[in-house]
Amino acid sequence: MKHENSAERRRINYLDAIVQAQTEELERDSRVIMMGEDIAIYGSGDLIERFGPKRIWAMPISEASFTGVGIGAAIAGLRPIVDLNIASFMYLASDQIINQAAKLRFMTAGKVSVPIVFRVCMYYGASIAAQHSDRPYPLFMNVPGLKVISPTSPADAKGLLKAAVREDDPVVFFEDSKLWTVKEDVPTDPDFLVPIGKAAIKRAGSDITLVAISGAMRPTLEAADALAAEGISAEVVDPRTLKPLDVPTIVTSVGKTGRLIIIENAHRMLGAAAEIAAAVAEEAFESLRKPIIRLTSPDVHVPFSPVLEEALYPRKEQIVTAAKRLLT
Amino acid sequence: MEKQQHEIYRRMLRIRRFEEEGTRLYLAGEIPGAYHASIGQEATIVGACMALHDTDAMTGTHRSHGHPIGKGADLKALMAELMGKSTGICKGRGGSMHLADASVGIIGESAIVGGGIPLATGVGLSAKVLGTSRVCLCFFGDGAVNQGTFHESLNMASLWKLPVIYLCENNGYAITTSVAMSHGQPNIAQRAQSYGMPGIVVDGQDADAVLKVTEAAVARARNGNGPTLIEAQTYRFDEHQVGLVVPGTPYRTPEEVEKYKLHRDPIALFRQVMLSQGTAATELEAIESEVTAAVDEAVQFARDSPLPDVGGLYDHLYSRPLETSYP
Repeated sequence: MKHENSAERRRINYLDAIVQAQTEELERDSRVIMMGEDIAIYGSGDLIERFGPKRIWAMPISEASFTGVGIGAAIAGLRPIVDLNIASFMYLASDQIINQAAKLRFMTAGKVSVPIVFRVCMYYGASIAAQHSDRPYPLFMNVPGLKVISPTSPADAKGLLKAAVREDDPVVFFEDSKLWTVKEDVPTDPDFLVPIGKAAIKRAGSDITLVAISGAMRPTLEAADALAAEGISAEVVDPRTLKPLDVPTIVTSVGKTGRLIIIENAHRMLGAAAEIAAAVAEEAFESLRKPIIRLTSPDVHVPFSPVLEEALYPRKEQIVTAAKRLLT
Repeated sequence: MEKQQHEIYRRMLRIRRFEEEGTRLYLAGEIPGAYHASIGQEATIVGACMALHDTDAMTGTHRSHGHPIGKGADLKALMAELMGKSTGICKGRGGSMHLADASVGIIGESAIVGGGIPLATGVGLSAKVLGTSRVCLCFFGDGAVNQGTFHESLNMASLWKLPVIYLCENNGYAITTSVAMSHGQPNIAQRAQSYGMPGIVVDGQDADAVLKVTEAAVARARNGNGPTLIEAQTYRFDEHQVGLVVPGTPYRTPEEVEKYKLHRDPIALFRQVMLSQGTAATELEAIESEVTAAVDEAVQFARDSPLPDVGGLYDHLYSRPLETSYP
């Protein structure tokens, strides 16, 4: 496994990194197939022309069953990437993801293996209202047997998606449309992988730990810049993988700073922030110099009107204010 | 041919004796959980399974003790699984509704009604992508026909001509809900027309008849001509679940149940046919003794087997142990 230090790099955005990861894995392993709605026509970088209809399956609008078809195909020797498109569509498919993909290895004592990736896009902040705008990763963090990842940078998106395709367990890959345009130098090595289950320190610091999840990374990094301008050194931690969660990296950071803010765009009740806060309270209570702060969406649905929706997600200013509160 | 008839009889009897013994052990408290017996449906199971090659795949349901046996599975690990033992086919993780014996091609037995139909369809898709001649036999009941997965999966299988045989064991009742109470159009096989595939009704108490139609469906699938829906009309002799007491007006009359037990028992019917075709009674008795011995041996094996170690609770949750201590 060649990690983040791979040599040659090219500057691409988050969405291109995902497409590149898919294309490279399709090229590498003939068992990799893609399944999803409309993928033969647009949105996937000419995959149908390059790999043909036996590798690229354009699906009828049957999320519950084509997800199960992917699971059956995975059990029988393929390594499917099932593109569920907009994240809230995965509720239709959740019986197959939870009752079949997540449980079959366990229930059969390892006789059945389900090497599959569910690619889901959290496409919110775009005035498409509640039924197209969810951030459902916390629901799936509650399911044993799944691995749940949500990268925040192009290199991580590429390396983690490639690792997910090579993984023998079912992986739910939550991409965040708020990050699609983020650009970065990304390794071109076709064997560049980012390990599942390892958090990353996106910015080193000593005064306060900011754990940011998925799309919340953007305002968090902006807040870290603003805090730095005022002489406050924030350490920004990106879990990258939400299940299994790399608690030791977070605990180590809190051990250094004594202060913790967790920022995410999902709901407050039982979100990733709640789990991280509980884990830190259990494992590093004595390190905390101040109470933990969670900045999340409130427990309310995404409204259509932009002015209402913008009020939902944590902003740079709120993060800065919260950080200062912990430092006074 | 004669050998095949013997094997059909043997496998049906293995299911019957296994279920009878399992029922006794369940009522005696030696098998935990719920017990859904296949008694009455043996001809459908064995007739269909006999049409497959060893390498072909199968999916089952919550009522699936019979399916692995019908495909030729050894009884010992199945009985041990029912008892929740470490030597069980799923090491005590699956139990009665999940006797997924991979050695005979079973990729899963879904206790979510209709849940296995997409999986079987995916096995068909895999065979098409990999270019193998493998087919998948997908068992489900009359209740599953009303799940969305049935509609969605049959549409996809027909669209792509996938090598899947959809075999509906229509035993007339989804627990207590009859087909008449739950199907707007009660002819299940007729639903195939709307997906553009053949739909065939067969007497599910006649193993030879089930074998014949399944062989034709398997040949069609293997030749790249796509899926078939078979509706095998069968009957469940026991309650949905052993020991289940359904209060109030009976959902099926005692006379109906008695009629099936007396006149439509698939094993008794098959035995008569074999005798009338010249098989010696002594040959059948030899099979009967052999089956009884195999079931006794399975029960002994299961009883003698150790319980699973609680320390291994997390085993098989993932393909390898997690590197982090925090799952």
